[in-house]
Amino acid sequence: MQVLGIFYYWVFAILLMIGFYAVVAKINLVKKLIGLSIFQSAVFLLYLTMGKVTGGTAPIYQDDAVNQLFSNPLPQVLILTAIVVGISTTALGLGIVVRIKEEYGSIEEQEIQEIDRR
Amino acid sequence: MTPLEFHLPALQVAAPMLLAPVVALLRPRGLAWAATLVASLMALAIAIGLTQGALSGESFSYAMGGWEPPYGIELHVDMFSALVLLIVTGASSIALMAGKASLDKAVEHSRQPLFYSAWLLVLSGLAGILVSADAFNIFVFMEISSLASYIVVAGGTDRRALPAVFKYLIMGTIGATFYLIGIGLIYMMTGTLNLADMELRIHDVADQRPILVAAGFITVGLALKAAVFPLHVWLPNAYTYAPHAVTAFLAACATKVSLYVLLRFDFVVFQQNLLGHEFQFAAFLMPLAVLAILAGSAVALFESNIKRLLAYSSVAQIGYILLGASLVSLAGLSASLLHMFNHALAKGTLFLAVMALAMRFTRLDLRHLAGSAQHMPWTMAAFVIAGLSLIGVPGTAGFISKWYLVSAALEAGPVGFFLIAVVVIGSLMAVVYIWRIIETAWFEPPTEAGEVIREAPVTMLAVVWLAALANIYFGLATDLPRELAAGAAASLLGQLP
Repeated sequence: MQVLGIFYYWVFAILLMIGFYAVVAKINLVKKLIGLSIFQSAVFLLYLTMGKVTGGTAPIYQDDAVNQLFSNPLPQVLILTAIVVGISTTALGLGIVVRIKEEYGSIEEQEIQEIDRR
Repeated sequence: MTPLEFHLPALQVAAPMLLAPVVALLRPRGLAWAATLVASLMALAIAIGLTQGALSGESFSYAMGGWEPPYGIELHVDMFSALVLLIVTGASSIALMAGKASLDKAVEHSRQPLFYSAWLLVLSGLAGILVSADAFNIFVFMEISSLASYIVVAGGTDRRALPAVFKYLIMGTIGATFYLIGIGLIYMMTGTLNLADMELRIHDVADQRPILVAAGFITVGLALKAAVFPLHVWLPNAYTYAPHAVTAFLAACATKVSLYVLLRFDFVVFQQNLLGHEFQFAAFLMPLAVLAILAGSAVALFESNIKRLLAYSSVAQIGYILLGASLVSLAGLSASLLHMFNHALAKGTLFLAVMALAMRFTRLDLRHLAGSAQHMPWTMAAFVIAGLSLIGVPGTAGFISKWYLVSAALEAGPVGFFLIAVVVIGSLMAVVYIWRIIETAWFEPPTEAGEVIREAPVTMLAVVWLAALANIYFGLATDLPRELAAGAAASLLGQLP
């Protein structure tokens, strides 16, 4: 049961490896970027899980309630920033892919290398 | 401390960052460049102010928005950050001063305001990494500087820069994400992101596995960003095909800022707290440093494109910096920090000379440069001076740091002699690859006879020579960088026995 009890870490690790595999193994530049996005999303999930407190509620302070258990809001705030960074990276990466397509007429890594070698 | 001095750490980041969107709007010819230069010089002046403060023993700590650390974001400047801040702002200012004519050729006029805006973002991102004392904030600034540097590297006309930048983007993002995973694991265990606070709290959980995993993720992620061999594959092409002025700027400082974060994390947060970390750090990085020196120099021996040759030489020089740090001694660490400064001087000047050369020669392969010194004696003379500094000839800046590196290795016992041999072999290979360029340029007859090639523009040449003379100046008057490096090394090792 211990293995299943930390299933969220398994989700993180598996997603991370799927993304990493795509970045390394795919030769199509857009697929590489998709892999990179999956890779980053895995890390977002890692941060989200660490903020969860069992039985905790949204961190809104109320006067009448006593001894309320709150989830930690900080990881979510951090990851909001990291998501913005991730989107910018993907956008810039896609922008570069468009320029590569314009210049080389291809978005396959090997074909680009061959064109350069000529 | 005057109010202005108090706000210097924040201004170091805010000044270039706030000017970046303004620069993007400056359409008239040359105005964007001028504004960028002014902002860069302003950042240099702030860095000098911070350095003076750090040297006189002041420690700048700035609570961002008035939120007290460790709850709020803290900016912190000590001698280590001051040293690297000087490198970053100095390299940016010199490269901008010298690079106008070259950048006018490389970047279309209509896109120049955006290009210079990205340049300022690189500058403010790098400065942000250096002043920040908050682990997550460092990640954000790292991504700001990286995203902007992808833009400036791809800003030129050479289409081969595009695949190079794509590779740089993929590897840079993986490195930064590894760093993010590492911080996440540390935050899980300690509940803090402030480096100073982390150092205190990590002690209680230092035997837990997540901390060990975090140390691994952070070290590998930052090594990737710092182009530590064998994670350097993004570097040569990105440096080769970037606009020449950009190469001069980034080669002088971009990888060193990542090394700064690596050293700061490993020495301040992990070193005293993790059992056996000192040994693991040395055992992991020393072989990589030795391999970097040997492999980087060996590839440089056979490269024909001089920009790529110098880029591989950079891979080797990062090896020297790591070698000093992996000795984990006061002498070794100060030699390593000194080499950061001196290598930035030497390599920056070399790339500036290449930029001057590229004003007249479109192809930078060795065979096209035969006899170039007969047309451009001043440019190539500056190249020779910087080359001597890179090799480490006495009287130049490069000699000082290699001297300290060798004396630090002597203290390290039997393994030290092996390391000295590596440093000497690396320097001999540097003699060979620099000599290949010098021989081709000075002693071979020009290939295209009769064609008149003029010397580089005077304004550019003046700045290149300023940088070349700085190599000699810091080879003779070594007080400033040495004092900063020694102070920084002492504070990094502060609590080691």
